[in-house]
This record gives sequence, structure tokens and C-alpha cells, in this order.
Amino acid sequence: MAGSILGNAVLRLEDPRFLRGAATYIDNLGPEGVLRLDFVRSPFAHAKIRSIDTSEADALDGVVATFTADSLGLAPHQVFVTVHDDFARRPLAVDAVRFVGEPVVAVLAVDRRAAADAVAAVVVDYEPLDAVVDPEAAFEPGAPVLHAGHADNVCFSQLDPYDDGFFADADVVVRGRYLNQRVAVVPMEPNACAAVPGDDGRLTVYLSTQMPHLAHGILAGVLGVPKDRIRIIAPDVGGGFGGKAGLYPEYSVVARAAQLLGRPVTWTESRSDNMVGLAHGRAQVQYVELGCRTDGTFTGLRARIVGDAGAYPGIGAMLPGATRRMSQAVYALPKLSVDLAVAVTSTTPTGAYRGAGRPEAASMVERIVDQAALELGIDPAEIRRRNLLPDDVFPYTTHTGVVYDSGAYGRPLEEALRLAGYDELRAEQAARRAAGNPRLLGIGVSCYVEITAGGAPGEFASVTVDEDGAATVRVGTSGHGQGHPTSFAMIVADRLGIAMDRVRLVQSDTDEVRSGGGTGGSKSLQLGGSAIYRASEALLDKARGLAAHLLECDADDVVLHDDGRLGVAGVPARALGWAELARAAADPALPAGVVDRSDGTTGLAAQLDFVSTGPTFPFGAHVAVVEVDRETGRVVPLRHIAVDDCGTVLNPVLVAGQQHGGVASGIGQALYEEFRYDADGNPLTATLADYALPSAAEFPSFEVASTQTPTPYNPLGAKGIGEAGTIGATPAVQNAVVDALAHLGVRHVDMPLTAETVWRAVRAAESGAPVNPWREPPAIFDRLRAAGGGPDAVSSVEEAEGV
Amino acid sequence: MIPVAFDYKRASSAEEAIALLAEYGDEAKLLAGGHSLLPLMKLRLAAPSVLIDVGRLTDLSYVRDAGDHLAIGALTRHRDVEISDLLQAQQPLLAAAAAEVGDNQVRHRGTIGGSVAHADPASDLPATLLALDATFVAKGPNGERAIPASQFFTGFLESALQPDELLTEIRVPKAPGSGFGFQKFNRRAQDWAIVGCAVTRSASGTGVALVNMGATPLRATAVEQALAGGASAADAAQLADQGTEPSADLNASAEYRRHLARVLVRRALEAAGA
Repeated sequence: MAGSILGNAVLRLEDPRFLRGAATYIDNLGPEGVLRLDFVRSPFAHAKIRSIDTSEADALDGVVATFTADSLGLAPHQVFVTVHDDFARRPLAVDAVRFVGEPVVAVLAVDRRAAADAVAAVVVDYEPLDAVVDPEAAFEPGAPVLHAGHADNVCFSQLDPYDDGFFADADVVVRGRYLNQRVAVVPMEPNACAAVPGDDGRLTVYLSTQMPHLAHGILAGVLGVPKDRIRIIAPDVGGGFGGKAGLYPEYSVVARAAQLLGRPVTWTESRSDNMVGLAHGRAQVQYVELGCRTDGTFTGLRARIVGDAGAYPGIGAMLPGATRRMSQAVYALPKLSVDLAVAVTSTTPTGAYRGAGRPEAASMVERIVDQAALELGIDPAEIRRRNLLPDDVFPYTTHTGVVYDSGAYGRPLEEALRLAGYDELRAEQAARRAAGNPRLLGIGVSCYVEITAGGAPGEFASVTVDEDGAATVRVGTSGHGQGHPTSFAMIVADRLGIAMDRVRLVQSDTDEVRSGGGTGGSKSLQLGGSAIYRASEALLDKARGLAAHLLECDADDVVLHDDGRLGVAGVPARALGWAELARAAADPALPAGVVDRSDGTTGLAAQLDFVSTGPTFPFGAHVAVVEVDRETGRVVPLRHIAVDDCGTVLNPVLVAGQQHGGVASGIGQALYEEFRYDADGNPLTATLADYALPSAAEFPSFEVASTQTPTPYNPLGAKGIGEAGTIGATPAVQNAVVDALAHLGVRHVDMPLTAETVWRAVRAAESGAPVNPWREPPAIFDRLRAAGGGPDAVSSVEEAEGV
Repeated sequence: MIPVAFDYKRASSAEEAIALLAEYGDEAKLLAGGHSLLPLMKLRLAAPSVLIDVGRLTDLSYVRDAGDHLAIGALTRHRDVEISDLLQAQQPLLAAAAAEVGDNQVRHRGTIGGSVAHADPASDLPATLLALDATFVAKGPNGERAIPASQFFTGFLESALQPDELLTEIRVPKAPGSGFGFQKFNRRAQDWAIVGCAVTRSASGTGVALVNMGATPLRATAVEQALAGGASAADAAQLADQGTEPSADLNASAEYRRHLARVLVRRALEAAGA
């Protein structure tokens, strides 16, 4: 074989289709006679439902049916992950609503307008109840308890050992209370679902999901039918970012309505509904303490983290657990103690969003490390150098039991500092300060390590060579923009010598693909790609045996030539193409045993489940450069340097794309985005006019680079890159803004770093009273410790790390 | 997302639009670029039963030298105001302010007349036209009248336009070589201003108006008087929030808006050469 295609910058095969508008989203699917479903959603954060009157809606032209929880008859189910049965959620609300946007009634009509009119015509009589918006307030005695079956609003808690001697060996303890604010996921395509009953009684359900097989299992259970009566298809999906995992209640309502009416039903939510219906992310308050020696070495880190699960605790209740598991970060840390208390609040349920628990850990640690650097008078880059885990410790088991597979944490840090011109930036900062320039320069550094391919460690793939010599790949991942058609074709081309444009990818269809973990948790290349890699190798073994039979030689003498044909080594004329081999394999006259069928395939094919040794741990370092207008507080990002290490890079084009997108998400949280409620639980940011999602106009072009430290856990040496940019970017930018203001006495500013927020921090510092970043955590942690608390959930945190 | 059902009438002339307004009265809304009205209808915050589309009245799309002033047709798109050679030479503040409206797509759809008639204090052009002492020409069943900008903006999203009137033309003075400054402070490039400021400076004096510092666009009269009295730009700008009633919302407290007004007025005055 000539040199491998792997590692080359290959342009995306799928882009022409998207750029020409040929992609197919659920709202484009219009089966004959399809009914539009829409939801009457709660306008109250917390209320009793006294009565529901649909008679006026039912009488409207074009309205076919209305359903309440009673008439729909669906069992309770969570979107994804059940924390506790006390928090059961019916897909349509019964008796009470617990957040603004909770679906109460489903209406079905012949078109969107009739459905919208019907929604407006349904009368629900609510008795408003007190809302609980602030997770810390939710713990207080006397707070309204949102789920009567549960004694309080604590849905998950976990305590690590801690005693008064924890900081005894520290010269200095720095402390901060940090808000990791609630953000919306904002996929370009809002959530959507369509269900089409077939003449055979089967139900085909189209979902805008990252994980069709996961939804398959849950939906079959909810509808009470065997899995083979349901087919799930994810067509093109306009972005998921963690938010489109599991079975949303809207999905089960659509499926059930189609089942009951025997007609196709479709639903695509509006942007306003998406902003309250899809899971929110982050939403933590972190109380962090870091003990240090005067030379900057760390003695121990203690954190008490308040989580916010929203109204119906699911995966969002478990994500602070992922934060805890990654709280050692990239550092040699003699001691670590992290306590968690997660609240039920009358807000949109939280879930996974790009990083899902790991960004919160990186932000928390990188912020307190910067605060310590400032306190001790040590350069932020230098204090990191002094504490990084050394290169020779891997595999390394952290205090929380996580095993880091491989790492070289100093490399991306030094590379990012070099690319940034760190020393020159510091000199410019000093010059601006000395000149009294009101345009303050800030330089922020962050280091991170994160988990990818958490959750189930395996993935299914099959590779078939068709009789025209093209290959068909079936895989259990469910790509939705990441570049799988390109990267997976590269793997087949590399292993089998079949041209990339002759590789067809089949995914996201439970009839076509036996099983699958879907796409999330930055797992697809390392699990799905490795499964394709191994299946391709198994196929090549079979093809060599077949070629040996046909060419009457020993299988050990059969080689794959550069032209993609299999032949006898040293005898180029005696060779067979893939089409000839596929036809021969399908020939009924072929003696049994020539092609190995033990994996259950027919023709010329192989299938298997690849199982990784464990999750992998990408890492990296970012440097952010910002300018802060001292007069107005406005922050302008000037540069962002991201050096990410995702193991062996299969296609640098795809890696760079993920870095750019990830960094944009990360800066979005640092500077712009926050999902806010008023004190009564009314959403204040349910449109994109109010929710400040940034656009390209807000950003400089990012400077991205990679270091490559392979993982030993898969044949590609690959780790995930889908979330890394987000994880590294947020704390780098936040640190940069604080760095710009540090000489004024500012020690911390909470995100998002809006102009007014920054202006207030500057003004307080200028008046001689900079805001103290610390205050004591809420009493819930002491109460839990007094009660001897420990982990108290049905699901495991590890399960939640797969999104 | 889906508006309440409505009837759609397309006017082929200003006279037809006025006749349709007379016929449907309060039930009707005029549709020009649609960038303010349609979002309100989609959120069902507005539910007119008739839309009278004046968006194709191309005879109301022009920028003309009208002798002692410049005349701009109400249906002129922001983009055409932005790139008008005549405005850039004779009234550069207006061209510069139009360039700050929304984004490129919005500027190609939205119209100057629609922006004025919507009377949103957070919009860029109403305050700019107030600073310029513009005159608005309205046509109704009883003929035409000219309304000075100082009398036009009567309340939040309210103007002196009568329900049966159509805004047809905006008139601004010629001011070749005038100094100007336009400051727009927003979170994202495409957002409305949290606070904005328009300054025009010529031999006849300095006009200063504020975006989003109250229920209507406002003249910063205290600043103008201080400048007329010989105050420096920096000193005059300290009076920028006098007489304003800024609201508090998601993007800013009232206190911060007042601070921004002082900073932005100073910067706009400096840009205008004051």
C-alpha cells in the first residue's frame, strides 16, 4: 500500500449536499395526510391544574383531535436517566405544572395555523403556586417542595471525606464562589419528531436526535409494544450539542397520537418553545477552596457544588457528578474533596450541553488556579507549570477514581504560549497600564483535561462489499454534522483500498443498523471509527481467504495492492478486484467455509462490536486575549489560541472545525449567554433577541493547533474533540477578563461577562472596595454531612458521561 | 410562530393605501419591510385583521435634492440610505446611522419610513432624525401635512401619525461638511442599542439625540445648551442623562444606561469635532 490517507486534510464529502439545500430535516417530511401537532404549554412556573377545557379548540376548523394526559394514557418517563422515581414525569402534565413551557395539552390539526389557533383556544384553569427558581433557595427549610412524594428539593447529593486538617499544610487558602450559569443549547434545527403508522401496524418514528437506538428502547417501553414494532430514523439533524439525547416527552406524545389516530403526525417546535422545551445546560454554583504553598504548589482542593436539575431531575441531576469526577483536572493534587447537592427547581430540566459537567470542572479549577496565582504573585502560566501532572504518570488514577489514559500536559501549554507570543503580550499589557490606556489588555490561560467516550465503551459496525465493488458501512453512531461520512470513508479507504467516494454510510436507522450508542460525549470516531476499522480488517481477512481460494494460492500470500485489488504477492497479473470478490462471495456454488460466516454476515461482509479499554482523556491549553473598555466595561475578544490534543488526528480539517465551533460555544458562555428567569420563574430569555447567542460578527478568527498524544485504547489512537474547544475556551476568556482588571484589585467576575457586569466590578474596585469572591456555602452541605450522606441515586454518574 | 389569520391587501399607489386605511380603520396595519411588525405578529403580540402592503410602492423609494433640503421616500431601504452619494455628501450622519441598523439582510428589507412610523426608542433612525430636526410628511384622506420630528414621537411605539395616514417622505436639512458622530452600544452586532447617541455639528449649532434613554427618542437638550454656552464636549457630555427616563431591562440597569449616555455622548461629540 502507498502511504495512508489517515492524517490528511480531506475535505468533507457531505458538504456539497448541505450547501445545496439537499439535506432532509423532519419539517421537510410531509407524508400524505400528515397532521400537525402543537402543545399548550404552561405559562406558570408552578401551578395546580384545576381543569382543562378543550371544547372551543375541538370545534375549530381544521382541528382533528386534542389530547390531555388522561386521554393519551402514557406512562411517566424521563428524557434520559432516572434519578429517582419520586420525580416521575408524565409526558403531558397531570394535576400540576412545574416549569414554564411544560406541555399540558396536545392539539392536532390539518396545518400549522389551525394548530396554533387551537393552542390559543384551549382553556386551562391554573391555581398558581410559589415558584422555586434559585437552587440555593430551594434547599432552605420552608421552600415550596416541588414533588410532593419527595421530602425536600434535594434530588441528588454526594459527599467526599473532609476533616478540619484538610488545609493544615497550606500556607495560603484562596476561596471563590463561582457561578457557572444556565445556558440554552440552541441547535439550529429546533426539536422535532414525526410518527408514521404503517399498513403493517409498525410505527416509523423520525426524531431529531443524536441517539436513535437509545430512544428506540425507551419509546417501546413507553408505548408498551415490542421494539420490532417501532422503527426509529434520525434524518439530517440540525445540531444536537448534547441536548438531543433521550426520549423527550414531546416525542412520546407524537408517537402515541399517531398510534391512536392511525395517521401520520409531525411536530417541529418554534424557537420560543425550543428555548424552554429543550434541556438547558450548566447551572452550577461552585464554592471552591485551593490550598497552596507559597511557592505555588497545591496542597488540596475542596469544592462544594450546588447543581440545578430543573423541574424533573434526569441527566442534569447527575452532571455535577461528572464535574466532581474531573475536579482534579490536569494537576498533581495531594488532596481533593468535592461535595454535591443538586436541587429541584421550577425551571426547564437541565441536561447535557457540549461538555456536560466537564466544562464546569475546568472552569472551576482554572478560575481558582488563576485566583491563587494572583494571590501569590506568580504568573498564571508558571503556577500551572509547577503543578501539572508529569508526563510519566500515565495511566494515572485520580482521587475520584478516574483513569487518565495518556497525556503530556505541558506540551499544549508551552505551544499555546509560544503561538500567542505570551511574553510580548505581557509586555504590551504592562505598557498599556503604565500609559493609563483605558483599553485594558487581558491575557487568560487555561489548561484542561476531559472525558470522551464516557458511558458504554462499545460500538457496532459492519462493512459490506457490494457486487459493484463499493462498500457499505453500517455503524451505531449517529452523525449529525460532525463529518462522519468523510472520516469513516477514510478509514475504509485506508484499510481496504476502496475509494472514499465508493463508501456508503448507513446510520441512524434502527431497521438498518443492529445496535448503536449514537453520537455524543465526543465518542464517535474512537468507538464507531474503531469498530469500522476493526470490521474492515476482519473483512480484509475474509477477502484474502476468498482470493486465495479463487487464485489457488495460500492466504498468507494474498496482499492488497495499491490499486485496491487483492492478488498474489509479487505476481501483479494474478489479482482480483473487490467487485469480483463480492460476486464470488455471493455465488451459491462457493463451497462452505471459504468465507467465514461466524459473525452472522452473508456475502462479503464483516460485523462486530468494538469495545474500548475505557474512556479517553483529551487535554489542551488555550490562551485568550481580550480588550476591556475601562469606561464602559465592554469586552472585545481579540485573539483566541487553542492547542488541543485529541490523540492521533485522523483528519485535521474535521478537528479544526470542531475546535472553531467549540471555542465559539465556549466564548459564548464566557461573554454573552445566560438563560434567565425572574423571581416567579418566568423565562426572560426565550427568544434569540433576548438570549445573546453570539454570531461570527462577535469573534476574531481563532488560532487553532494540535499536539498529538495517542491513546492506547483504540487502534486509531484517537480521542474525542467535539467538546474540548468549549471546555478550554470558557475559562481562558474569563481569566483574560479578570486578568485585564487584576491591577485594579478585581479578583473574580461571574459569567457572562457583560459590559455592565464588568463595569460594576471595575467601579467597585476603583472605589476601593473590590467584590470579595467568597461567601460561605449554603447550610445544606452541613446538614447533609450531619446526616452522613453519600451517593443517593438510581443511575450512575458514569452513565451520564456518554452524552 | 404562526400569526393569527389576517387579510392581505397590496396597495399599488399611496392613494390606494390611504383609501384602504380609510376602509379598514383600526383593524389595519401598514406593512413595509416587515422587520418590526412581522415578529410581533408571529409572537401573537400584534394581530391586525388586515395588512396593507405598501412595500412595493417604488415611487416612494428615493433620495432627492429638493432644493433647500433633502427628501427621502418613506419606502427607501436602509441600505439605499446607507450608500446614497447624496446623503454621504450632504447629510453624512444619516448615512452613517443607517449603516448601523441591524445586519445586512435587515438593511436590505427594512425601510426608513417603517422605522420612523414604528417609533421604537431603541431604533437608530428615529433618534438620528430627531437630532437632524427632520420633517415627516404624512398623507391622509384630507391631504398632506408636515410634522416636525420634535412633535412626532409621542410615546412608546406611538407617533403623531393618525390611523388613516401614510408616512410618505422624510425631509432633512442639507449639511455638507457637517461634523457627525454616531455611537451605538449593544451586546451583539445585530442587536438594538442598549444606548445610542447621534450628534450632528454644523455652523448653526450642535444637535444631540439619544437612543433608548426613555419611552421616545430624546434630544439631549442640556448637552446642546451647555455646548451653546461654550462648555467643552467632556463637560457637556456629563449632562447627557438629564431629563431622560431610561428603563431597566435584561441588558442594562437604568443607572448603567445613564452612565453609558454620558460616555457615548462624549465620544460622539469628539467624533463630530466638538
